[in-house]
Amino acid sequence: MKQAEVRQEKTSISFKNKKSYILDRVMPILLFLCAAVSIVTTIGIVYTLMSETIGFFRKIPVFDFLFGTKWSPLIAPKSFGILPLLSGTMLITVIACVFAIPVGLACAIYLSEYAPTKVRKIVKPILEVLAGVPTIVYGYFALTFVTPMIRMIFPSTGVFNALSAGLVVGIMIIPMVSSLSEDAMQAVPKSLRNGAFALGATRFEVALKVVVPAAFSGIVSSSVLAFSRAIGETMIVAVAAGATPKLSFNPLESIQTMTGYIVQVSLGDTPHGSIEYGTIYAVGMTLFVITLLLNILALYVARRFREEY
Amino acid sequence: MNTLIDIKNLNLYYGTYHALKDVSLTIPEKAVTAFIGPSGCGKSTLLRTLNRMNDMIAGTKIDGRVEITGTDIYSNEVDVETLRKKVGMVFQQPNPFPKSIYDNIAYGPRLHGIRNKQKLDEIVEQSLRQAVLWEEVKDFLKRSAFSLSGGQQQRLCIARALAVNPDILLMDEATSALDPISTLKIEELVQELKDRYTIVMVTHNMHQAARVSDQTVFFLNGEVVEFSETEQLFSNPTDQRTEDYITGRFG
Repeated sequence: MKQAEVRQEKTSISFKNKKSYILDRVMPILLFLCAAVSIVTTIGIVYTLMSETIGFFRKIPVFDFLFGTKWSPLIAPKSFGILPLLSGTMLITVIACVFAIPVGLACAIYLSEYAPTKVRKIVKPILEVLAGVPTIVYGYFALTFVTPMIRMIFPSTGVFNALSAGLVVGIMIIPMVSSLSEDAMQAVPKSLRNGAFALGATRFEVALKVVVPAAFSGIVSSSVLAFSRAIGETMIVAVAAGATPKLSFNPLESIQTMTGYIVQVSLGDTPHGSIEYGTIYAVGMTLFVITLLLNILALYVARRFREEY
Repeated sequence: MNTLIDIKNLNLYYGTYHALKDVSLTIPEKAVTAFIGPSGCGKSTLLRTLNRMNDMIAGTKIDGRVEITGTDIYSNEVDVETLRKKVGMVFQQPNPFPKSIYDNIAYGPRLHGIRNKQKLDEIVEQSLRQAVLWEEVKDFLKRSAFSLSGGQQQRLCIARALAVNPDILLMDEATSALDPISTLKIEELVQELKDRYTIVMVTHNMHQAARVSDQTVFFLNGEVVEFSETEQLFSNPTDQRTEDYITGRFG
């Protein structure tokens, strides 16, 4: 009799769990809302940029803006050619990348292919700390340390100059290049390295002819990412590069970048709604389009050069 | 048969772990020598001492001598890259480079300074022919090596090793990741290659050793238990442990 009772209890197992049911319904919605926040923000930013930029171009012809060689929106005779700001930005970015990409890559090769595990475990976090230094600190480092050193070598250098700011922007993006490139190299399977070692390749040949090509897409996208980070860098250039929009490629002169200009106007007393104020949206839009194109380029290059393994 | 490799009192430690214990054996020229034994018995470790791939593993310590044609390959005057050029290796998993079939084969020769296109073409064809892969791939040498099947990839890796013109070919369980038909093809290939190369293979598969090899070495816990002609070892083992292993009592 007792046995039968037990059997009956067993057959009435409940498979319902109200708690997990509700959780499964509610969580996706909550998580979607979190994801939506960033999308909505992006749309908002693009909308503001677009509407203000369109307003600006109603008054200033696009052609004059894109191809004008003089940028003087605040002081008469007024002129709205963005090329001087563009050349300043490019000067800084090129200096930064010419410095940072080879150094960052060398760093990544060392960490991934040569460094003993112990060294890598210590050096990599330290490098990543570099990425966490506030950019304003880098700005003062450029102004008070790097600039005086450059002036010792080239006495004619201005207090504000593109070289110093560019180099320090480079220092800032080195961890980005090295860390992402190193991740890409670490992802290359060990069996590929062994295959090359077994053919009589030296460590350097393995690094250069097997690991770097196999990790190439990751290396390129890290470089492009660093490039667009350098273009958008603001504080260092605002502090150390000066505020002289100039269509010049002399790194020892004071220049102004697009970001530097936006800071200058945002902090000043330019009245809202004026043409002068509209310039920062037009410049911001230009910056946005450039970085967007670069990111698309990075995606394309990463796909185009991907070596499957 | 002439002795090509002469291993004398070899001890190898991974940190404090004693992986090879006083190993002494001789490997004859232009023949197939198989290393058999259960997992962790040291057979792959010994294979990797022959082209010094163990150097890459931190904490490895070695004493004793490994002589190839009379030269101790662990002495200071031996250049490890040149050694590896002479002692090629094929791994357990096919590991072609993420490049074209052609570039995979040409990789080694290019590394060692051959730039001439015509010469490279010759080497590529010859190596692929030796690995009995030429007929299957000759029309799409520019295709990625990953478009090949697992068995073809492994033959490609053999061709790649042959392209630098080695004297010795080490095969570390080269068929254990392959299907039976691909395995058979590689075994046939080994038979053809032994006229020109000294082949040392590690295998998990006793039957493979019996089918393919001329000499067999049985390892247990880092020691050589028995070493003799393959036929002799499988039909009439002298050591009880060898008999227990080949009759399937353990391993």
